[in-house]
Amino acid sequence: MTHSIPEMRHYTFNFGPQHPAAHGVLRLILEVDGETIISADPHVGLLHRATEKLAESKPYNHSIGYMDRLDYVSMMCNEHAYVLAIEKLLGVEPPVRAQYIRVMFDEITRILNHLLWLAGHCIDIGAMTMFVYAFREREELLDCYEAVSGTRMHATYYRPGGVYRDLPEQMPQYKTSVWHNASEVEKQNKNRQGSLLDFIWDFSARFPKRVDEYETLLTDNRIWKQRTVGIGVISPDTAIAMGFTGPMLRGSGVAWDLRKKQPYEVYSKLDFAIPVGTEGDCYDRYLVRVEEMRQSNHIIRQCVEWLKKNPGPVIINDHKIAPPKRVDMKEKMESMIHHFKLMTEGYCLPVGEAYAAIEHPKGEFGIYLVSDGANKPYRLKIRAAGFPHLAGLETLVKGHMIADVVAVLSSLDIVFGEIDR
Amino acid sequence: MAGVEELKTQIIDHFGVLLQHATVACGELTVTILPTDLREVCFALRDHRAFDFKLLVDVCGVDYLHYGIDEWDTQSTTGKGFSRGVKGFVNVKSPASSSRFAVVYHLLSLTHNHRIRLHVLLDESDLIVPSIMDIWVAANWYEREAFDLFGIVFAGHPDLRRILTDYGFAGHPFRKDFPLSGYLEVRYDATIGKVIYEPVTSVVPRVLEPKVIRDDNRYLSGE
Repeated sequence: MTHSIPEMRHYTFNFGPQHPAAHGVLRLILEVDGETIISADPHVGLLHRATEKLAESKPYNHSIGYMDRLDYVSMMCNEHAYVLAIEKLLGVEPPVRAQYIRVMFDEITRILNHLLWLAGHCIDIGAMTMFVYAFREREELLDCYEAVSGTRMHATYYRPGGVYRDLPEQMPQYKTSVWHNASEVEKQNKNRQGSLLDFIWDFSARFPKRVDEYETLLTDNRIWKQRTVGIGVISPDTAIAMGFTGPMLRGSGVAWDLRKKQPYEVYSKLDFAIPVGTEGDCYDRYLVRVEEMRQSNHIIRQCVEWLKKNPGPVIINDHKIAPPKRVDMKEKMESMIHHFKLMTEGYCLPVGEAYAAIEHPKGEFGIYLVSDGANKPYRLKIRAAGFPHLAGLETLVKGHMIADVVAVLSSLDIVFGEIDR
Repeated sequence: MAGVEELKTQIIDHFGVLLQHATVACGELTVTILPTDLREVCFALRDHRAFDFKLLVDVCGVDYLHYGIDEWDTQSTTGKGFSRGVKGFVNVKSPASSSRFAVVYHLLSLTHNHRIRLHVLLDESDLIVPSIMDIWVAANWYEREAFDLFGIVFAGHPDLRRILTDYGFAGHPFRKDFPLSGYLEVRYDATIGKVIYEPVTSVVPRVLEPKVIRDDNRYLSGE
């Protein structure tokens, strides 16, 4: 009787495209030797909608709403890069108040994004509680979105030359219903008595304590550290070579932040710090993002203070680009013509090309715009922050266990809306 | 972002005849080079201490087929009035440039805080450009994307597969002569119990706002 050792073979399997830890429709083909990852080949594009080609067929302003749908957890930041590119080619600058509003909402968006990232990251690793806490805070911030734009997610609030309208004087309030009686509603409306700015101020006063709560749960948690410390380590040089930006780069200790290095809007007037990691592992990226939430909160408070003191216009007065006031339109011939031209044709950009980038919650988000002088972009390229991050996944997970793939993948903070575009 | 003009002078001094063009517009430096010189220029831009472009931000394709052509003639009225502009484009080559395609690279230097844009113009007959994946690993997926969407071949890329389009997709959808609604649509056919591909019938191509080019005097200085 002879015993033969069966031939050992690597095992290849699909992770996704329908898997909750795949963060959307990612099909990841993993080759494993036992539990160890030999290779990882992400198949993307399952959510490809050709946003860039669609934008080529529409006047500039029609595509602002499409930008929200790229990275659908940091909506206004996407719009921001798009309107900045248009403004760069047009050579216009929005009023200061509009710049403060944009910065404030960019930072609100950063908190929204990081909260959702934290919620997802925790659930992937097995800490269920954080999910509920993160969504409790997101609820209030989404109410700010709603108050200013009418929608909770896809705001379409920024415009070339400013923002669509000024911040509301009265924060919308809950009303009694069959589910909530008068005393409950009164409690819910307690911090909604004043303006939107009062509401944000109240939130930002409470938020640092909330972040402390998250940190109590996670930062020194033994299981949390076992799952993240030393996992998915990336050196600064490799991170740069792979095109990483944002927290992915700062987690490795490179203090690169466009808000400091190439300031846009009013970031140069604001006080905030750039957190960096030391090891470049999942744990450092977690620490960086948590500290970024605190810094964003600090920026928001500075913006609220400024905005309360300085009323003014929120969009430029050039009616070739921004529509005239509704009242003027009814009374003045010129305003009516401007409105008609803007709504039926839009505005033309001068011939040329421009690249505008912002420090998006996920990294550098850029819009490369080529104009041939028409009312539509000739070519629009979206530089999504998550795209190079996911491309670097294989380098990050090689040699790790299958369970670590989940931890590394969610530490990348990927959203397929922007990767697949 | 200090001294984009300075950078331009440095780049011109260093590369000399390798540069076809170097312009500064909107505070951004754009340099045009030939595909044959691409790798040499990229190596120098990455490794030369004065440039130090260690981070490749983006690579993308551009198709100049309809550049400067509008859908609606607004310069003169006719006896019948304006058309609705629903005819779409006729496939004529733009007179503005002789090369139909371009590959555009965006580079960033973290140490000097500089950005630069490289243009590599390509003729339709010779859509090959050397891959720069060994210079910046980040080029991997970007080159796959440009290949997928525009059909530009990156010579030397080890794994030039499609990336964003469907498995088995034919054609290069971001070319200007590829219709916005595509050629094929997918649906589930209950009679044969299968998902089938068939020619597009559910979308009728139309233009709601025609593309209009106005040579407005406000823009003349911008050129």
